[in-house]
Amino acid sequence: MTTVTGSAPAPLLRRIVLQGQYEAMTMLRNGEQLILAIVLPLLALVGLTVTPLLDGLGDSRINVAVPGILALCAMSTAFTGQGISTGFDRRYGVLRFLSTTPLGRTGLIAGKIIAVLAVLFLQVLIVAGIALMLGWRPDPAGWLPGMGMLILGAAAFTALGLLVAGTVRPEATLAITNLLWILLGALGGIVIPAPRLPGPAQDAVHFLPSGALGQGLRDAFLHGAVDGAAVLILLLWLVVAGAAAIRWFKWN
Amino acid sequence: MVSDVSLVAGRGEVTALLGANGAGKTTTIECAQGLQKRTGGTISLLGEDPGNAGADLRSRVGVMLQDGGLPPSARPLPLLRHIAGMYRNPRPLDELVQRLGIDAFSRTTVRRLSGGQKQRLALAAALIGNPEVLFLDEPSAGLDPQSRQLVFGLISELRNSGMGIILTTHLMDDAQRLADYVYIIDAGRNVAEGTVAQLLQHRPDMTRKDHIRTLHFEALPGLDFAGVLPAEVEIRETRAGSYSATGVLTPEDLAALTAWWAAHGVMPGSMSMEARTLEDVFLDISGREVR
Repeated sequence: MTTVTGSAPAPLLRRIVLQGQYEAMTMLRNGEQLILAIVLPLLALVGLTVTPLLDGLGDSRINVAVPGILALCAMSTAFTGQGISTGFDRRYGVLRFLSTTPLGRTGLIAGKIIAVLAVLFLQVLIVAGIALMLGWRPDPAGWLPGMGMLILGAAAFTALGLLVAGTVRPEATLAITNLLWILLGALGGIVIPAPRLPGPAQDAVHFLPSGALGQGLRDAFLHGAVDGAAVLILLLWLVVAGAAAIRWFKWN
Repeated sequence: MVSDVSLVAGRGEVTALLGANGAGKTTTIECAQGLQKRTGGTISLLGEDPGNAGADLRSRVGVMLQDGGLPPSARPLPLLRHIAGMYRNPRPLDELVQRLGIDAFSRTTVRRLSGGQKQRLALAAALIGNPEVLFLDEPSAGLDPQSRQLVFGLISELRNSGMGIILTTHLMDDAQRLADYVYIIDAGRNVAEGTVAQLLQHRPDMTRKDHIRTLHFEALPGLDFAGVLPAEVEIRETRAGSYSATGVLTPEDLAALTAWWAAHGVMPGSMSMEARTLEDVFLDISGREVR
């Protein structure tokens, strides 16, 4: 075989971007992931606009519904989708193999973050595009804080997803992240605001990442405001889950 | 647990870690690869500690894991192209793909590949960065005879081009065919080492008289050979009608045995003789009990 001399790594940024691209394409090629990332959020959007559940919380049903749906998109991709794929990659030794290449462990994690952000960007494009056609009228001042909240929420949910994926079997990760997606989606204050939830859940959801992200996005897109409490809660989840993942994540 | 393993692997050599399942081979090389944190001892990989390897060191080391470590949904060619992107000057992909016969299944997802195809792909993934050191954990697992030939040929060629290759195996035949130097690992310690010839106590001259050999022959069941051969030669009926005599067999021993056959009207259906194998050495050292 050809003798090639000198082994050297590609530059750090190139390695990370390549990995992010590869993981994003893998996510987008996965049918179940697409259902979770795009189809179910759109169905929830339709459901919330044809039922009177959100009446009285804002000027129109769709204006109240869309921010929560965007938050749901972040939870789908960062927590459930990314958690499940990481869990199975761990099972098949993919994480171990890639950590022996120049990519390394930090590159792997950076690549995952890029992949989550890239897929989330596509989700926002599609969901917001369809919502605008259906009559969504967000507060123009809400886009900047809204996108900031979305990224912060995605970061917190990514840390949570990695924590689950790195500590239990992939089958358990599959069950836990899907179950939590349904529970938090229905009762976690993400698409259905706290006032419309059963009594005991009303106060509790403010402290959940789902409730904080949902409320933070509603404050942004309904009123153009930054919800300081939601930012704080999401930061707290990010730090705690991130530290726990760093501490307990098992690579094999 | 690995407690007392000490080994050196050089460039342009194939170094084999030989041991039963659970002997500590994988733990040992995973520490050397930086995949496992060691709790004691020292390891130097290309002059650096693999425990905190940076991208530069990782680019000079290729790793093929026992379980492959390839994503089941990936297709071979895009996957190799992706891994090649992690290196500044990777090996030419086409050549590697052709050489390892990957072009025959380049669009099939990893989960649908046979064991041998997966192994060849994992080897390509380990080689794509043009490493100076190559770690292979059980490289012949799942290989059919053709793949084995192909992979072994490539490993020898890479060794000759100056690559340092460290492999683990529980197959004596692998070590005997590939390795320049063998470490036998048992219960977390290395119990013997040497070239294959040294371990076999072979001299280059295969006809020397002081070699341990085994004579196999098939005849009527239940024959009693007591007193025919010297006490140092162990003769057993391994199953009904199958006999084996192991020891330093001399021409006189063979004459005595055939004379006994002649005297008793025994004509063996088959007979063969072989020199001691690495397997015998291994079993002598680490015992014959199944653990």
